[in-house]
Amino acid sequence: MVDIPDKNLLAPGHRGCAGCGASIAVKLALNALGENTVAVSATGCLEVMTTPYPETAWEIPFIHVAFENSGAVASGVESALRIQGKDDVNVVAFGGDGGTVDIGLQSLSGAMERGHNMTYICYDNEAYMNTGIQRSGATPFGASTTTSPSGVASFGEDKPKKNMPMIMAAHGIPYVATASIAYPEDYVNKVKKAAETKGPAYIHLHQPCTTGWGFPSERTIEMGRLAVETGSWILYEIVDGKFEITYRPEERKPVKEYLAPQKRFRHLDDELIEKIQKYVDAECKELGL
Amino acid sequence: MVNIGCVIKTPGNTKNNKTGSWRTFKPILDKESCIDCDNCILFCPDSCINKQHDIDYDYCKGCGICAYECPSDSIEMIQEESD
Ligand SMILES: Cc1ncc(C[n+]2csc(CCOP(=O)(O)OP(=O)(O)O)c2C)c(N)n1
Ligand code: SF4
Ligand code: SF4
Ligand code: SF4
Ligand SMILES: [Mg+2]
Repeated sequence: MVDIPDKNLLAPGHRGCAGCGASIAVKLALNALGENTVAVSATGCLEVMTTPYPETAWEIPFIHVAFENSGAVASGVESALRIQGKDDVNVVAFGGDGGTVDIGLQSLSGAMERGHNMTYICYDNEAYMNTGIQRSGATPFGASTTTSPSGVASFGEDKPKKNMPMIMAAHGIPYVATASIAYPEDYVNKVKKAAETKGPAYIHLHQPCTTGWGFPSERTIEMGRLAVETGSWILYEIVDGKFEITYRPEERKPVKEYLAPQKRFRHLDDELIEKIQKYVDAECKELGL
Repeated sequence: MVNIGCVIKTPGNTKNNKTGSWRTFKPILDKESCIDCDNCILFCPDSCINKQHDIDYDYCKGCGICAYECPSDSIEMIQEESD
């Protein structure tokens, strides 16, 4: 069971779409981290919807700087706290997939390399949502976005998703995990472990987005669940270099069950769906799912 | 003191913004049949269901996640009526 706190640290009244998975992501993370936390966020839906000036949904100290440097800013916050002897404060940075796997990769890599005692959570909705659903390096193969549109000349995104958690693992940091908002117990455990880790910790969180993916708002959690149950998103952690799957679907569902309800995949024909299925099968085999 | 950049010194003041006005469907929760699984509380994107399972309609946007994720069908979504 996940503990329900008396006070939510992400206040209502924020401007996230009805059914927004990013707000669930942050709410659950802050529940796990508690009040003694400083949060940093890159530009993106999360920052825009939670801080419409002069309002903020954050009940804890929060700093937004730019799209590309949440890793650098969190490094600075962590260093400043450490020099003041405040070793017990959690520093958490949130970045969207664009802010993490594309434009923020360099500053994040530096932060990880320098060994800052911080947790970085990439909330991955698989495109640049805040600016109108443009593709990112984390957009999956076949997905239609405004910059990888499906149509006569294109079937949508033509490259597989960048494997960001493994790029982080290659930094040799003590904690890397994947998670999903649809598995809150698994996710909250990972956030707690990340916070307890001395040194950098990275969590790559799968976050369905009703507006960008095109499914009804009540099915946000269902989409996250289908991604995991089909093996399209695999839940694991790598602690001090040791890889372990943290959740195994009882029986892996066909990937079509995950793709079919989403508008971004609706154009895919059987051949492309088969290609995606083979890709997912290979990935599952490689990771031992 | 001069602030560099935008500083907001009132934590959680998005509460000024009553997002309940966005709603077209309203969740009605039946406490009798509720089995206390906490799914609705955990998954509400707008933190508007409390530990006692009361829904704060000032902020509920009517997304329907709580009803969809309720294992005992204790939450029904009904269409809002204009007054
Ligand atoms: C240097 C720079 N380039 C472009 C932008 C415009 N911009 C703001 S948010 C955003 C997309 C964010 O995408 P992502 O990080 O995936 O977060 P999401 O909105 O999907 O949550 C872009 C392109 C910017 N703010 N700064
Ligand atoms: S576009 Fe997606 S991530 Fe952005 S606020 Fe809406 S549901 Fe949330
Ligand atoms: S309908 Fe959505 S916003 Fe309203 S209480 Fe249920 S989960 Fe929360
Ligand atoms: S999801 Fe349903 S059963 Fe679970 S706590 Fe909410 S109302 Fe009760
Ligand atoms: Mg994104």
